[in-house]
Amino acid sequence: MKLKRMLAAIALVLLGALAVNTVATAADDVGTQDPGAKPYAEALKGKRVVLIPMAMGFDLAQGWAAYLKHEVENWGGVFETRDPNWDVNAHAQAITDVISGAQKPDVLVIHSPDLNSFSKLLKKAQKEGIYVVLIDNPMNFPADAFVGSNWYHLGELEAEAAVKACEGKSKQIGLVQGDAANASSIYQYNGIMNVLKQHPDFKVVAEPFSNWDPTTSRNVTTTMLQQNPDICAVIDFWDGDATGASAAIKDAGKTDQVALVTTGGGETVDCKALEDGTFYAVVMTELAGQSRDMNAIIKFLLQSGVKPGTSTTYIYTLEKATTKADLKPTSCWDLKSLQAGAF
Amino acid sequence: MASIKFFRNLTQERIVFGLALAVFIACAFTLNGFLATDNLIAIVRSVSVLGILAVGMGIVIIGRGIDLSAVAIMAMSVAWYLQMLQSGVPGGQALALTLAGVVAIGLINGFMVAYADVPAIFATLASGAFVYGFCRSQLVHQDATPVPQGNWIEGLEQIPDWFDQAVHIPLAAIPVEVFFFSSFAFVAFLFLRFTKWGHYVYLMGDNFMAARNMGIPVRPMTVLRYVISALIAFSAGILTAASLHSINVRVVNSTLLYDVILVVVIGGIGLSGGKGGMRNVIVGALLIGIMLNGMTIIDIPNIYQNLIKATILLVAIVVDSLVNPRDEQTAQQGDI
Repeated sequence: MKLKRMLAAIALVLLGALAVNTVATAADDVGTQDPGAKPYAEALKGKRVVLIPMAMGFDLAQGWAAYLKHEVENWGGVFETRDPNWDVNAHAQAITDVISGAQKPDVLVIHSPDLNSFSKLLKKAQKEGIYVVLIDNPMNFPADAFVGSNWYHLGELEAEAAVKACEGKSKQIGLVQGDAANASSIYQYNGIMNVLKQHPDFKVVAEPFSNWDPTTSRNVTTTMLQQNPDICAVIDFWDGDATGASAAIKDAGKTDQVALVTTGGGETVDCKALEDGTFYAVVMTELAGQSRDMNAIIKFLLQSGVKPGTSTTYIYTLEKATTKADLKPTSCWDLKSLQAGAF
Repeated sequence: MASIKFFRNLTQERIVFGLALAVFIACAFTLNGFLATDNLIAIVRSVSVLGILAVGMGIVIIGRGIDLSAVAIMAMSVAWYLQMLQSGVPGGQALALTLAGVVAIGLINGFMVAYADVPAIFATLASGAFVYGFCRSQLVHQDATPVPQGNWIEGLEQIPDWFDQAVHIPLAAIPVEVFFFSSFAFVAFLFLRFTKWGHYVYLMGDNFMAARNMGIPVRPMTVLRYVISALIAFSAGILTAASLHSINVRVVNSTLLYDVILVVVIGGIGLSGGKGGMRNVIVGALLIGIMLNGMTIIDIPNIYQNLIKATILLVAIVVDSLVNPRDEQTAQQGDI
């Protein structure tokens, strides 16, 4: 009997001590531990993010992929890419495969080739519970988020740069458009025209399409310069084909007279071209900021509890036209060092 | 009688030449600045690379074949070469490797067609896709590969002074592409017209079995044609890189290959082989050049340009089959 009582007493004391201890620790927790860390880690852990750009073979896509991979893997997610290689059908196929595959992604990051093609597919993805983030090229589709350039504003920046370059010259501008289906081309055009409306003395003398191909860009620019020898600025809608326009300007011996304005990913080639006078101005994508925006919205969506397809957020990247005069050592990013892990 | 004679003389080449002339005159009258010397030079230059590719394609088609891998070889070989230079492979070694690769693809094409009896259209379609896929995934890391500064390719941009002085003609005003296009066409013309092997190409294209019975080494000759075509494609790629300071492999997915066939067929080299020559390539290239230039001056959107080109190709093919009916005796299965 005595032994029993003693044991009970000891047990009571131990229990009490334990209880006091637990309460103390709990109180400690509230004071020193971040309440966000645990739900953050739980919401993000193991989440799959799949990036499907128009192609993996150009600077911007490789830059986005390098940044996102770095970020996603560091918050405990899984990151994958698919490469449709500029083929719209392959692109659609890749989206279909991903959303109907065994391991569905949680976030689909899509770089659309035009305004409409994938609307149905992306709607299906949202129905399956997948967040859809559009990047770079907007669509006529309510995605959960859009991260990229405000192409209309980008066009305005280009036009302003061209207007500035034409000071004291002929006021004739030539455009080399991309194609007639891509939002980046259509909105860019509208933005340019909006600025030129405010400068009625300026005139767009030709606006051919390059189909994003440098050889075509070269041929149409050559013809444009011959038909309108007084052109003072050419706006080419992408640095990927502006090499063609620049070759045409050089052939015509008009490097000093014609300012070439374009837009691009801001990789080191852009800075080199600004430095040697190939480009007069480039509206560059600030890749690091843009990729961080993508990462931030992905993390937000995954924690928000918002159902896919019920909200739309636009995050436009801050952009400016860079000329040789305001070129800084940090103006451009270097793909090679990025892929080697230097962020 | 006279009218029958007129129609009999109406070869496709003449039709196209007449057409080119008509378009030219129409453009000259209606479009301002079309006749300017610079514009005329630009017309020829814009079709030079196309024309060089068409020279290679012409040689293959005359011998009754087709090379659908030409554009893939053109872009991928040069992209690989530039990629090697970027990653520090010595210039000579890189060039030797690239040339070996180009010749190898030509040999593979030739062997598949000549020895394995695979129809040329399938063999080269497959090898072109393979070349693109393999190089793009294994050897070339991005679409656009720049020419390194100070590379010899940059020197190709202009005809060098020493050459200018040596031939005593002021060639500097002529774009180097035009110069190369004419040289390639001229050498190919000499090959087809004045060498034994050139004659073999025609004989094989006209009647393959008869050529074989005559004792012509038809299989090695077939292989030779595909190797020549691959090497010409490589040269066209080098020239593209010289003018744009980079090569973009997206060109493989463009309509360039069809444009090459367009030039050849429209110029009057029958797809059934044995007919035509370099003159047809030049006439075809000029018509395309004049049309593209005219359409650009009037600012016709790209999609309509493609539509117009496609319509002309259709008409050319129909005219081709009317003017050069298939020969029941020599036509065989697997012909293109």
